[in-house]
Amino acid sequence: MLTLERLRIEQDAFTMSADLAVAAGQKVAIIGPSGAGKSTLLAAIAGFVAPAAGRILWQGQDLGPLDPGARPMSIIFQDNNLFPHLSAADNVALGLSPALRLSPDDRRQVAAALARVGLEGFENRRPGALSGGQQSRVALARALLRHRPLMLLDEPFAALGPAQRAEMMGLVNDLAAAERSTVLMVTHDPDDALRLGGQTIVVAEGTAHAPRDTAALLADPPPALHAYLG
Amino acid sequence: MARGAQRLIGHPGTAAVVAVLGLTLGTLAAVAWRAEGWAALGPADRAAIRFTLLQAALSALASTALAILLARALARRRFPGRAALVALMGAPFILPVIVAVLGLLAVFGRNGLISQALGWFGLPPVHIYGLHGVVLAHVFFNLPLATRLLLQGWQSIPAEHIRLAAALGFGPGDLQRQLEWPMLRATVPGILMLVFLICTTSFAVALTLGGGPRATTVELAIYQAFRFDFDLSKAALLAVIQVGIGGAAAALAYRAASDLVGGAGLDRPRRFWGVGGRRLVGGDAAIILAAALFLLAPLAMVVLGGLPGLVGLPAPVLAATLRSLAVALASTALALALALALGLLIRRAAPRFGAVLEGIGYLSVAVSPLVVGTGLFVLLFPVADPVALALPITAVVNALMALPFALRSLLPALRLVERDYGRLAESLALSGWHRLRLLTLPRLRRPLGFAAGLTAALSMGDLGVIALFADPDAATLPLQLYRLMAAYRMEDAAAAALLLMGLSLGLFWLFDRGGRLDADA
Repeated sequence: MLTLERLRIEQDAFTMSADLAVAAGQKVAIIGPSGAGKSTLLAAIAGFVAPAAGRILWQGQDLGPLDPGARPMSIIFQDNNLFPHLSAADNVALGLSPALRLSPDDRRQVAAALARVGLEGFENRRPGALSGGQQSRVALARALLRHRPLMLLDEPFAALGPAQRAEMMGLVNDLAAAERSTVLMVTHDPDDALRLGGQTIVVAEGTAHAPRDTAALLADPPPALHAYLG
Repeated sequence: MARGAQRLIGHPGTAAVVAVLGLTLGTLAAVAWRAEGWAALGPADRAAIRFTLLQAALSALASTALAILLARALARRRFPGRAALVALMGAPFILPVIVAVLGLLAVFGRNGLISQALGWFGLPPVHIYGLHGVVLAHVFFNLPLATRLLLQGWQSIPAEHIRLAAALGFGPGDLQRQLEWPMLRATVPGILMLVFLICTTSFAVALTLGGGPRATTVELAIYQAFRFDFDLSKAALLAVIQVGIGGAAAALAYRAASDLVGGAGLDRPRRFWGVGGRRLVGGDAAIILAAALFLLAPLAMVVLGGLPGLVGLPAPVLAATLRSLAVALASTALALALALALGLLIRRAAPRFGAVLEGIGYLSVAVSPLVVGTGLFVLLFPVADPVALALPITAVVNALMALPFALRSLLPALRLVERDYGRLAESLALSGWHRLRLLTLPRLRRPLGFAAGLTAALSMGDLGVIALFADPDAATLPLQLYRLMAAYRMEDAAAAALLLMGLSLGLFWLFDRGGRLDADA
């Protein structure tokens, strides 16, 4: 279980509080108006932003003292998920060894991870020679290899067209099911939240509300969400 | 705070800060300690101060005034070869001063093209030595620099404003009042101060074209006190004065200097309307032609004059070439190491402290190589033979002088790496040496290549501190060239100049090109 315990985030004039829990294995969309702090909430969980008060716990362990790389999670950003000067295989392999010292077995794992996201034989391509969707797949392959129980997605497919986006959401769902990952995904699109098919956290007016079942929430939105959805 | 301070103390950048402070403020302190009172300042020294300020002011005014005309012509005209001409404007910055002087002598000297042409009409030859020669050489170097900076100014006028002006039917006068004057008012003072600063610290021009009681700069006076009188305290006193002049000019020029590196997109001309009049076009064409001739003729003379002697270059020139290459490469490695360590430290420090660190990196703009050289001599003299250390000292001082430019080109790229990939690297626990190897260095290839090229070229052509220490048997190529000129061995000198120019520009091209190859967007 991921617990945000009386969490407060303060950045200049911006403040947000959260006091909620996400069950292990749950798939949760984070939705709300732009500027409400969706990405900041994710950044705090990932360890990029230090909270002003409160704690973030995973299975009862306080994540506060841990650096981002040591936390039990993988994160995929909206862009710049890959180092452009490294091949697809090297970008994936960074998930195994930040020094890129790879055993033959490591290389086989990398190839297998690329194959699982449908990029068999793309090992030596640089990101510049891949489409946007393919770049997202490489980032997913790396997340797969790291075997971290939490997967954080920060508007990961916002730059993709509708068809590719639906495809990637399907892939995320498949991989999360196979790995039994807990997924947190920031999005501004209620359709993405529905596709993820779990619960939704609404972030609005300085508060991250406890997760509720997405379908029920969207059918009968509370005032804050209603104002956003229109 | 304690944690932050700890992160900074163990950092290699801290060693770089200490080295830079030692070489600038440390040598300055040594110099101040050795300097005698103001009473020791003779009339010759006061004349040197006056001449330094006068030639720098004239050079700044002439370079900037001509640059305004040239930049405006280049900004509003499109013609074949424009991109090449703008690129050529970058060349004098890395051209060895002594080579340019030789080229200028071949055009403007007593036996130069102009004097010969005058001779056909029975007129006396022109004289290049003295104030006007020094100013001429400084204009040769700084007209292109000022032009590039001003072109950036023209480029910064928003395209929408130019279109708006066209839609409102602005003529050339209206354009000038509404768009060009405001831009010039903002940029010209900084450029004036920058050229002034460069001209106060230029040594090789004064060494070759100045001299004598009426055309000696403070830098040259330091050199003379050193070489001819071996009067260390006089040299030290003059060095303190030099730092005062340079420091004041640097403080005023700081903003313009920060735009010195860069100039991306200058090859894309803006389209201007309402400036198509015949006289305007003709005037611009004349200005561009004259400037191209002024810049290209001396270089062409170096090439033409140097080719015949290139095959039979004497052995000392070849030995000097190898020494210069070694100094240039060592200096490049040192400058890059300093800039990288300092840059990483700046990115890691809190913003306000980072700005202080950045300022330390730019300190050498204010102190001249001769001042640092004098200080090092004062410090080393009691413990070692400075002359035996002439080459290492030259490499170190050259690296120090190139550091501001290297730092300027690295910092924006470091900022981008941090912004675009910092969080990704952290989420993957990519840190320390591996982060440098796998992320930072590959992302910095282009600015590293550019900085390396700049440093290597500047060091290759430097005739400054080496002249101060000069072991007769361990000259660098620029010093050897100076000696050939002083001995009137003009054919050998011309060939050595061509070799030196080729090596300086070649080193720049090689490193800069190396940074661009296989670089991903």
